[in-house]
Amino acid sequence: MFEIFGIPSQALFGQLLIGLINGSFYALLSLGLAVIFGMLNIINFTHGAQYMMGAFAAYLLLQYLGLNYWVALIVVPILIGASGIVVERLFLQYVRKLDQVYGLILTFGLALMIEGFFRNYFGSSGEPYQVPDLLQGGQNLGFMFLPNYRAWVIAFSLIVCFATWFAIEQTRFGSYLRAATENPTLVRAFGINVPRMVTLTYGFGVALAALAGVMAAPIYNVSPQMGSDVIIVVFAVVVIGGMGSILGAIVTGFVLGIVEGLTKVFYPEASDTVIFVIMVIVLLVRPAGLFGRSA
Amino acid sequence: MEQAADPRALQKRQETTWSVGVGFALLVAFFAVAPSFLYPVFLMQALCFALFACAFNLLIGYVGLLSFGHALFFGWASYLCAHAAKHWGLPPEAAVLFGTASAAVLGLVAGFLAIRRQGIYFAMITLALAQMMYFVALRAPFTGGEDGIQDVPRGRLFGLFDLSHEMTMYVFVLVTVLAGFLFIYRVINSPFGEVLKAIRENEPRAVSLGYKTERYKLVAFVLSATLAGLAGALKALVFQLASLTDVYWTMSGEVVLMTLVGGLGTVFGPVVGAFLIVALETYLAQLGEWVLVIQGAIFVLCVLVFRRGIVGELANILHVKL
Repeated sequence: MFEIFGIPSQALFGQLLIGLINGSFYALLSLGLAVIFGMLNIINFTHGAQYMMGAFAAYLLLQYLGLNYWVALIVVPILIGASGIVVERLFLQYVRKLDQVYGLILTFGLALMIEGFFRNYFGSSGEPYQVPDLLQGGQNLGFMFLPNYRAWVIAFSLIVCFATWFAIEQTRFGSYLRAATENPTLVRAFGINVPRMVTLTYGFGVALAALAGVMAAPIYNVSPQMGSDVIIVVFAVVVIGGMGSILGAIVTGFVLGIVEGLTKVFYPEASDTVIFVIMVIVLLVRPAGLFGRSA
Repeated sequence: MEQAADPRALQKRQETTWSVGVGFALLVAFFAVAPSFLYPVFLMQALCFALFACAFNLLIGYVGLLSFGHALFFGWASYLCAHAAKHWGLPPEAAVLFGTASAAVLGLVAGFLAIRRQGIYFAMITLALAQMMYFVALRAPFTGGEDGIQDVPRGRLFGLFDLSHEMTMYVFVLVTVLAGFLFIYRVINSPFGEVLKAIRENEPRAVSLGYKTERYKLVAFVLSATLAGLAGALKALVFQLASLTDVYWTMSGEVVLMTLVGGLGTVFGPVVGAFLIVALETYLAQLGEWVLVIQGAIFVLCVLVFRRGIVGELANILHVKL
């Protein structure tokens, strides 16, 4: 046991870990937002609700079908991603060409509907979700105790983030995607089915949110408002990082999570607001965002 | 501006004045007789939200800026007016002015930050700033946390009119809201308002014509925030309560909904929308969380099939401006 700046190492590293966990979710969610925005030109306000649906789907699968965490990790993103595809076909395809304002308002309305629906059936108190057996317990690292599940969340979200980055920046399909973001008409002329690609991209972005939801279920309570709490912070993260760069979204998410965790140690009163304060500073110093192209 | 030189423009202007005049007369007539068959508190709530929505509409409808954080001005003005009236013992007119002026200052700061980014980022920044100030309200000692500021005294207006009488309060709210409404109408029909519309239609072109669009946007933002603050301050006196609900993001969403239902960029739309949504929430309150689902569904319907809103559709059918 030792102290750093008068703070016991246990508390410091503990909060740092929580910061990293939050950062994983910020990274996953802002990544999904950026991918969707790039392709659909829509800020997906429903993202938080879809993250919440992911957590609830995992909870319901366990409760009613006895399907464990590992099954949920694969099945839930597919299910919720499919629901995202339905949403895109039913609603979003009609507003993509309009002013961006309408996309935001439409997805906000969808988020309200989903949240209201879940509150009706599950109340707002929240349900616990067990950490899977395989990841119970933790490691004593000497300077801190590292729960296995938290280590897994950080590692796995890093893997997912970089796999997404790789798929978009380094593969052939990703190059089509980037090309269609720049100039959809021209890409269509080359015989690529852009509307289908748009639909699939939205489904993929939503699946990422749902995956984050499954991973969040054992850490936070599964509750209907977990999505709206996080989505506004993620918006601030996106403003700070700018949506021009995939890697930028990932790095910004993790860094801001850590900063938030450290604030909890040194000045807990400001831990709710620190990300917004950073956003204000970034807007003053670098209005385009840290990784943003001027937009 | 010399648009009056063009006879067609002049004629169009007169038509506009004509239909808006009739609309305004109907509005005043309705609110003059309404207390005989509707609860004054319900009407006052609708009036406060109508002013709030009109202030919001000034930005989205005439400058094309979607603020998703207007609860910041509404809620904070409400807190500060309540605090001034209750703990400093200010008379109602001074408390309302104090709340409104604070909203103007907040609007100046928030607007300065938000207009540094274009397009949809503007909405995200305003939402994030409002959420930040929500957390400040949650933690600040004077706001009373979850309880809010309760039992705010309504006091005597100018030392003469006792506002604890429901009808006196109603007249005070009605006159103030109508004054705010006329002020907004004057702004959007001034040369300044024409520049705002030019920015909405094509900002680069307005810049190339030599307008400092950032300044215009900032002034419009401050005006909008100030009037939203006036609405919030009035609401604090009407309900004798300032609470966290008024600064939360759901409140920002509600004002978007009211304006959208009534009609973005119409003169009367926000008033009609506010009235309908307040009525909906009052009469459907026993449905609990379903209200959220209904609100969401209205959003979706409006965006998909009803983008002009009620007043916008009406104006389109009658070929007049409303």
